[in-house]
Amino acid sequence: MTDPAITPELVRKHNLTPEEYGKLKAILQREPSYTELGIFSVMWSEHCSYKNSRPLLKTFPTKSSRILVGAGEENAGIIDVGDGLAIAFKIESHNHPSAVEPFQGAATGVGGIIRDIFTMGARPICAINSLRFGPITPEPGSDHADLANNRRLFSGVVAGIAHYGNCFGIPTVAGEVYFDKSYEGNPLVNAFCLGVLRHEQIIRGRASGVGNPVFYVGPATGRDGLAGAAFASQDLTEESAEQQRGAVQVGDPFMEKLVCEACLELLATGAVAGIQDMGAAGLTCSTCETAARAGTGIEIDLAKVPQRAPNMTPYEIMLSESQERMLIIVKKGREAEVKRIFDKWDLPWAEIGTVTDTGRMLVRNNGEVVADIPASQLADEAPVYQREAREPAYISGVRAFRLDGVADTKDPVEDLKALLAWPTIASKNWVYRQYDHMVRDGTSVCPGSDAAVLRIKADSLPESGAEPTPGSVPTAEKYIALSVDCNAAYVYLDPYEGGKIAVAEAARNLACAGAVPVGTTDNLNFGNPHNPEIFWQLRESVRGIAEGCRVFDAPVTGGNVSLYNQNPAGPIDPTPTVAMAGTIEKPEHITTQYFKDEGDAIILLGDAIDTGDQLLGLGGSAYLQRIRGLKSGTPPRCDLTREKELHLGLRSLIFSGAVKSAHDCSEGGLAVALAESCISQQVARETPRLIGAKVDLTPLTTGSAPQPRLDALLFGETQGRILITVSNLNATKVLAQAKILGVPACRIGTVGGTALEIHTNAGDLKSNVADLHELWWNAIARAMK
Amino acid sequence: MNFAVLQFPGSNCDQDVVHVLRNVLGHSARLLWHKDKSLSGPDAVVIPGGFSYGDYLRTGAIARFSPVMQAVQEFAANGGLVLGVCNGFQILCEAGLLPGALIRNRSLQFRCEHVFLKTLTTDSPFTSQVPAGKLMRVPIAHGEGCYFADAATLARLKAGSQVLWQYVDAQGEPTEIANPNGSVENIAGICNEARNVAGLMPHPERASESILGCADGRLLFESMIQALQSKKQKAAA
Repeated sequence: MTDPAITPELVRKHNLTPEEYGKLKAILQREPSYTELGIFSVMWSEHCSYKNSRPLLKTFPTKSSRILVGAGEENAGIIDVGDGLAIAFKIESHNHPSAVEPFQGAATGVGGIIRDIFTMGARPICAINSLRFGPITPEPGSDHADLANNRRLFSGVVAGIAHYGNCFGIPTVAGEVYFDKSYEGNPLVNAFCLGVLRHEQIIRGRASGVGNPVFYVGPATGRDGLAGAAFASQDLTEESAEQQRGAVQVGDPFMEKLVCEACLELLATGAVAGIQDMGAAGLTCSTCETAARAGTGIEIDLAKVPQRAPNMTPYEIMLSESQERMLIIVKKGREAEVKRIFDKWDLPWAEIGTVTDTGRMLVRNNGEVVADIPASQLADEAPVYQREAREPAYISGVRAFRLDGVADTKDPVEDLKALLAWPTIASKNWVYRQYDHMVRDGTSVCPGSDAAVLRIKADSLPESGAEPTPGSVPTAEKYIALSVDCNAAYVYLDPYEGGKIAVAEAARNLACAGAVPVGTTDNLNFGNPHNPEIFWQLRESVRGIAEGCRVFDAPVTGGNVSLYNQNPAGPIDPTPTVAMAGTIEKPEHITTQYFKDEGDAIILLGDAIDTGDQLLGLGGSAYLQRIRGLKSGTPPRCDLTREKELHLGLRSLIFSGAVKSAHDCSEGGLAVALAESCISQQVARETPRLIGAKVDLTPLTTGSAPQPRLDALLFGETQGRILITVSNLNATKVLAQAKILGVPACRIGTVGGTALEIHTNAGDLKSNVADLHELWWNAIARAMK
Repeated sequence: MNFAVLQFPGSNCDQDVVHVLRNVLGHSARLLWHKDKSLSGPDAVVIPGGFSYGDYLRTGAIARFSPVMQAVQEFAANGGLVLGVCNGFQILCEAGLLPGALIRNRSLQFRCEHVFLKTLTTDSPFTSQVPAGKLMRVPIAHGEGCYFADAATLARLKAGSQVLWQYVDAQGEPTEIANPNGSVENIAGICNEARNVAGLMPHPERASESILGCADGRLLFESMIQALQSKKQKAAA
C-alpha cells in the first residue's frame, strides 16, 4: 500500500496550519512521511498539546506541601493524605465522542480516566462525573425532535457510564447533571476517577533505562478510534457526526478490569521501570511522552504490535485509539515476570521495542523506518498560541439587567414545586441508581448529599510486593470527600465570578461533609478559542478558578481542556467544571445534608441576602431561568475571604460535635435548600425518610428597609450560605460559638411535622413534604418515560 | 473458620467479601483462582459478585465450566457450605446447584439501591442468627437479578422452605413496589434442598459495617459461622 503524497490539502485535513507545518519540517529538517504527518497532527491537537490554553493553565496554583506529583508531570496528580498514603485523581472530558455515539463515547471516557489512575500505581476506588445535556422537558421554543434527541443522548451517556463502571467494579459515587439549551447536540461528559496508593508505590510514565525492553499489553490494535484526539479538537458539525463515527472508540470494561489487576500485580513485583496507558493518540502519545519525560529515545517495530484488523498501515496503528492498552517499560532481565502475570490473566502481550539514548522516537514496520522524530520536540514543543480575547457583546446587556420589570412571586408554593421538578434541580436518582455506587465497600455517604464520602481501608490499597514489617502499625482508615461543581449560567453571565463560585461551591460542599479541601482537578469545556469572545470567557473563568483554588489552598493537580464545544446554533455556555477532593479527619465528623430529628434547631450560617447585590442574588438564578424564562443579570458575588471563614467556622462547629446536618444553599436558594433537607434522605427503595420544618425568616430582615422581595428571600442565590441543624439544647451554644468564629448565624426554625412552612415579612409558603418529595424524586424518571 | 472466596476474571466483589470475613468478622479468608482445580480444604466457599468472564454469553454461563467450579460441585455434594452473592447466585443457578434462573431486570436497567429483606425461615445455615421479625436493610446492584422459576419448581421451593429471603417494604410486606427487579414472588434468595447451598442477589458484604450505613448483612455471615462452629463441635464430640 502506498502512502498518499503530502499536499497542502492533506496538511489542512490534518488540522495543521501552514505555519505549524513549517515548524514540523524545521524539527524534522525534511518533509514528513504520511505516518509522521499523522503523528504530529494528533500530538499537536488541542486535546494533547493544550496549544490554545497552556499560557492560561500556567496561572493555576499547583503547589502545596501535600503535592507528591504535580500538574502536568504525569497522567494524574498525586496528593499526600498522611500516614504514608496518597490519592491520585483527575477529570477528563469525552464530549465529542459522546455527541456522536453516547453509549460508547461515555463508556470509553470512564475507561480512559480509570487507566490514567492505575497508570500511576494507584488502585482506582471511585468515580464521579459531571454531565450536561439539552433540556429533557418542554421549554418555550423547544421542539419535539430536539427533546427526543436530548433524552436519547442523556440515557445513552448514563447507560454507557453505568456499563463501564459497573462491570469494571468501581463505585460511581457523585456527580452533577445540568440541562440547558446551549448543550443541545453537544453534551458534556466529564469523568473523574480517584485512586489510592502508598507513597512508595508511585510509578512514573517514563521510558527510563537505556536498553530496557518496551512491552505492549492488552487487547490487539484495531481501526477504531482513529485520530480521536484530533476529532475532539474541531467544531462539531452535522456532517461530523456521520463522518467521525469511526473516531469513536469501543470500550470493554471486562478487559480493563483484567488489565488493571494484571498491571497492579506486575507493579508490586518491582519489575517495571515506567508505564503509560494508550489513551488519546494511542501508541503515538505513549511512546513519545514516555521518552520525552525520561530524556531518552524509544524504538518500536509495528510488526510486533498485536493487530485485530488485517493489513493495517503504520499510520493506522500509530493513530488507533483502541481501548484498554498499556505501554510498559520493563527492567531488563525481568521480562519473564511480565509474561507470567499477563499469561495468568490471559491477556495479550508483546515485546515491541527498546529504550534508546538517541532522544528519538523511531518507528519501524518490519524493519523499515516509517517515522523518526525527536521525541521531546514532538511531545513538548507543540505550538503555543496567545489568542485574542474580547469581552462578548452580550455582557453589557447582562450588566444592565434590573429586577424593576420583574414582578415578585405570586405563588411561592407553585414556584418552589416548579423548581424542585426542574430536571437541573430535581433528584438525580434516575441516574445514580443505574450506577453501582457501593462496590469496594468504601462508600460511606452515597449519592444524594452535598458530597460523597469514601472510606479508605488497608485493603483498598494496591498489593505491595514488600513483606510487611513485623510489628508495623496497620494502615489507618482515611475518609475522603468529593464534590464536582459548575454553575455554567453564572460563568456565562460573568466568567470570572462564575469561576470563583464553582470553586467556592465545591469547597463548601466538602465543608458540609466535614472535610478540608486538599486539591482540585478541573475540566475546561468551552467553545472555539479562535473566537475572541470565547477566549475571553476562558481567560476570565481561569482567573476566577485560580483565585479560588489559592484561597482554599486546593491547588490544581491536573485536568483537561475541551474546546470547540459548539454546534451549528452556537457555543455551549462556558463550563469549567471543578472537582475537589478533601480529607475528613475522623469518622464522627462525616456530616450529611438531611434533617435528622424532630425538634432540632435550624440555623442559617452566612448572610440571608447580599444587600450590596442589586439583584439580591437573583441574577442568573434557577428561579429567573425556570420561572421567568430569563438567563440574565450579574450572578451573585462571591467573597472568597468570607467564604473561607464560613467553611472554617462550619468545620469548627462540626468538630465540636454539635452539627447534625449541613447543606449548602445553591440553585433555587434557601427554599430549595430547606426542602432538600426535608426530603433527600432515602432509607431504602421507595422508602424516603421525610421530615417537615417550621421556618421563620422575619428575624433575618427585621430592621432592613426596604424589605427584600419574597422571591429574593426564598429563591435568591446569595453565596456563602449554609443550613445546619443542631439539637435544641445546643442551639444557643452554637449561635454563641458562631459569633466568636466571626460567622453570621441566625436560628430560623425547627425541624418537625409533615410540612415545610416558611414565614416571612413579605408572605408565607406552606407545603406538604410528601408532595414536594414526589415532584422532586420522580421528575427525571417522568421525563424519561 | 476458613473461607475460600472464588476469583474469576471479572469478579469485583471478591476483595469486599474477603475484607468482611477477615477484617470485620476476624476469620480466615483467601482468594481461590478460577483455574484452581482444588479448594484446599476450606470450611465454606463464597462465590462473590461481579461480571465473571465479562458476562459474555449470559451471566454465569461461562463460570460454571471453570475448573474451580468443578471442585465446588464436589464440595457441595459432600455437604460443604456454599454461598453465592449476586453474580455468585447467577453462577450457582447456571451450575445447577440451585434451581431457577436470573434474567434481566424488568426495568431493563441496572439498579443499585438499598432494599428491605424479610427472612422467611431461620432454619438454614445462612439465616439462623436473624432475629424473628427482623427486616434486613441491604443494598442490591445488578442488571440481571429477576429471579424466575416455573410453577412446579416454585411449589417445591416453597414446600421445602427453600425461599430464604424476599424483597419487602418497610412494613415487611412483599409488595410489587418493593420488588426491585420483577423477581417472581419477590424472591431475593434461596437455598437448595439439602440447605447447604444458598444464593441471593443483595450484597450482605456491603452492609456489614456501621461506617457504610448498615450492618444487617453480618447476620448472614454470622449464621454461616455459627453453623460451621456447631458442626465442628459435633465432630469433636
